[in-house]
Amino acid sequence: MEFSFDINTIWFVLIGDLLAGYGILDGFDLGVGSLHLLTKSDLDRRILLNSIGPVWDGNEVWLVTGGGALFAAFPDVYATAFSGFYIPFMLLLFMLIFRAISIEVRSKEEGKRWRAFWDRAFSIASMAIAMLIGVTIGNIIQGVPIGKDKELYITVFEMLNPYALLVGMTTLAAFMMHGSIYLAMKTDGELQKQVRGWINNSTIFFVICYATATMATLIYIPHMVAPFRAHPEFFLLAFLNMMAIANIPRETQRGKDFFAFLSSSAAILSLMALFAVGLFPNFLVSSISPEYNLTIYNAASSETTLEIMLTMAAFGIPFVIAYTVSIYWVFRGKVKLDNMSY
Amino acid sequence: MTTELWARLQFAFTISFHYIYPPLSIGLGIILVIMEGMYLKTGNKMYEVMTKFWVKIFALTFAMGVATGIVMEFEFGTNWATYSRFVGDIFGSALAAEGIFAFFLESGFLAILLFGWNRVGKKTHFFATCMVSLGSMMSAVWIVVANSWQQTPAGYRLVNNGGVIRAEITDFWGMVFNPSSVERLSHTLGGAFLAGAFLVISVSAYYLIKKRHEEIAKAGLKIALLVALFASLFQLFTGHSSASGVAVNQPAKLAAMEAHYDSLSPGDLYMFGWVNETDKKVYGIAIPGMLSFLIHGDPTVPIRGLDSFPKDEIPPVNVTFQTYHLMVAIGFSLIGLTLISIFLWWRGKLFTSVLWLKILVVSVLLPQIANQIGWYTAEIGRQPWIVYGLLKTSDGLSKTVTSEHIIFSLILFTLIYAGLFVVFLYLLDKKIKHGPEAKTKELDFSENLRMTE
Repeated sequence: MEFSFDINTIWFVLIGDLLAGYGILDGFDLGVGSLHLLTKSDLDRRILLNSIGPVWDGNEVWLVTGGGALFAAFPDVYATAFSGFYIPFMLLLFMLIFRAISIEVRSKEEGKRWRAFWDRAFSIASMAIAMLIGVTIGNIIQGVPIGKDKELYITVFEMLNPYALLVGMTTLAAFMMHGSIYLAMKTDGELQKQVRGWINNSTIFFVICYATATMATLIYIPHMVAPFRAHPEFFLLAFLNMMAIANIPRETQRGKDFFAFLSSSAAILSLMALFAVGLFPNFLVSSISPEYNLTIYNAASSETTLEIMLTMAAFGIPFVIAYTVSIYWVFRGKVKLDNMSY
Repeated sequence: MTTELWARLQFAFTISFHYIYPPLSIGLGIILVIMEGMYLKTGNKMYEVMTKFWVKIFALTFAMGVATGIVMEFEFGTNWATYSRFVGDIFGSALAAEGIFAFFLESGFLAILLFGWNRVGKKTHFFATCMVSLGSMMSAVWIVVANSWQQTPAGYRLVNNGGVIRAEITDFWGMVFNPSSVERLSHTLGGAFLAGAFLVISVSAYYLIKKRHEEIAKAGLKIALLVALFASLFQLFTGHSSASGVAVNQPAKLAAMEAHYDSLSPGDLYMFGWVNETDKKVYGIAIPGMLSFLIHGDPTVPIRGLDSFPKDEIPPVNVTFQTYHLMVAIGFSLIGLTLISIFLWWRGKLFTSVLWLKILVVSVLLPQIANQIGWYTAEIGRQPWIVYGLLKTSDGLSKTVTSEHIIFSLILFTLIYAGLFVVFLYLLDKKIKHGPEAKTKELDFSENLRMTE
């Protein structure tokens, strides 16, 4: 792998950043959703829901923009992956719809059965989204049958192989850990005590899944390991990743929930970085022949488009960061319910 | 049915359902800006109560728009992969711009609009409302630009990319300001303002009939009527310029809109009619030469007819004709409804004429129908092209996706959307029946609840 920092590489990194941003931001929303049913009282469930209330929608935009940027910068990757992963992506859409609607309508009606129904929809959808994202990542890591025509033919059963399911579980575990840490910042009293228990359990769950998935990758998927062998400096990422994860229980015990949250964000970011280094310069690895890999070059838009988009990103992204930071600042602190809350 | 038809059916269904909501968000957005602006200017609490009530309705339509909107972005890739490879260089950049410049703006400030009442000052809150409204319009800008490029491609060249032809940008601003962007965008926004205005008109009229929340209903009705007056007249101009643009850029679509077959004769303007596509005849009432007059300023100039196009490049004529004529008829009815309402308001009779208020209650459906079928005219009239003159719809499909795949997802979409629509109508109805809060005391009832637990 010869590394040159050209515009295609910049876009590979930018799309990786958008998706990592999605993983960090919507990751905790999905984690909160996955943990939702562990609370029993209506008040606690409302606090969980409103902890992500003002931000989940903006967080989902990272996925939408990541998808748009992929469409624009690497149309062949977008077209091949979205049509090839038809069924899982449709299920992902249905689950994203259920999640959005559950959050919006759950508290708009007093009835017990109404709320119980939407609570379940919210939680199951959140878990399913995490799993589906993980299973897709798992398949991308393994490589998928892409032919000479750049088309991907894969059945749902082939996608649901043990390795992909393991990555799915790891993703779910990571989001649960991340979500419970987020909740520790947003809650107090009894609920917060309960949340601290979740942090502990989900971190253990995550570490087990992650260690197993890493072993499986090292043993079964040599092409993901090769870049690290060629460029040992990237091993630093794996080290940083470990440090970030190890720092979570330390900060939680000291009651520094915000630093624990930064650590789990760093853990997700470094996981994405490891994934990206393993793939580079490919987006989709063909299991039929390396010739058919979709790379940052053979799947890219024209240089003109990549340059135009870079200008747009340079204008837009500072604003995006400014809104995001100010919204989180406005809604900092513990959840307070009022008559406009969910 | 072929895979192509299933794919088109799924796209038509999902986009139609989605398009119920964004026009409401755009229209209500601008009305919220006016309402909250009035509150800031006058300090009258009534406007605050009114704004908060409409924010709740806005939140519901916005959530539905978000939930059903992400489907659209995925569907280009899932069902129309070949099309996506062909247009990604161009269409993709418009979608990415929508994400960066519109969605982040909208969703970020939405948080403050909905939940920030007690967390930021009044002026900051108003600023957030303005940004949400701006964001919703920006998203219309980029998506209509993308769609207009499909109608009237410009600023591109065709390039052979590894054996496959695709379109690549040569001139970004030429792509953005392609020949139909501006007129189609203004017509789309006008339609959205009408959708929002007539929702407020309808709900306010309902309260006046029921003699509830009368102060808020009267003030809301006035604001919405002024928006409707501006928007309905604006539609007259944007509609005219859109049709003139179609005449130049998409002559087959224009000919289908009026079912004009004969290239040697001037174009007639039908009030209504029925097209027999086999006989190539229209049965209906027309103003002779009026189409030629509207487009060329002279009723005797011939207009290019459907007979001049190859058989496989003619859109479905009767559907295009009917949707177009119904849209125009609704457009004129909306102008009429608005003008009569304003006349009654001027004579001091608007708030007490129960029969007229009842008409206004049901009028909420008209802009919705017009928005939907206006898009049907635009999209069906573009057929058989997915990118006008460059790529046929039948050549845009995903190669790996089968009819079974699409039927599976279409069945699920139908079930889920049917359920969502019921929930939406139920909650909308509930909110409207509940009405604005009588007083706006800000309770932190989490504390209260905790003590009672």
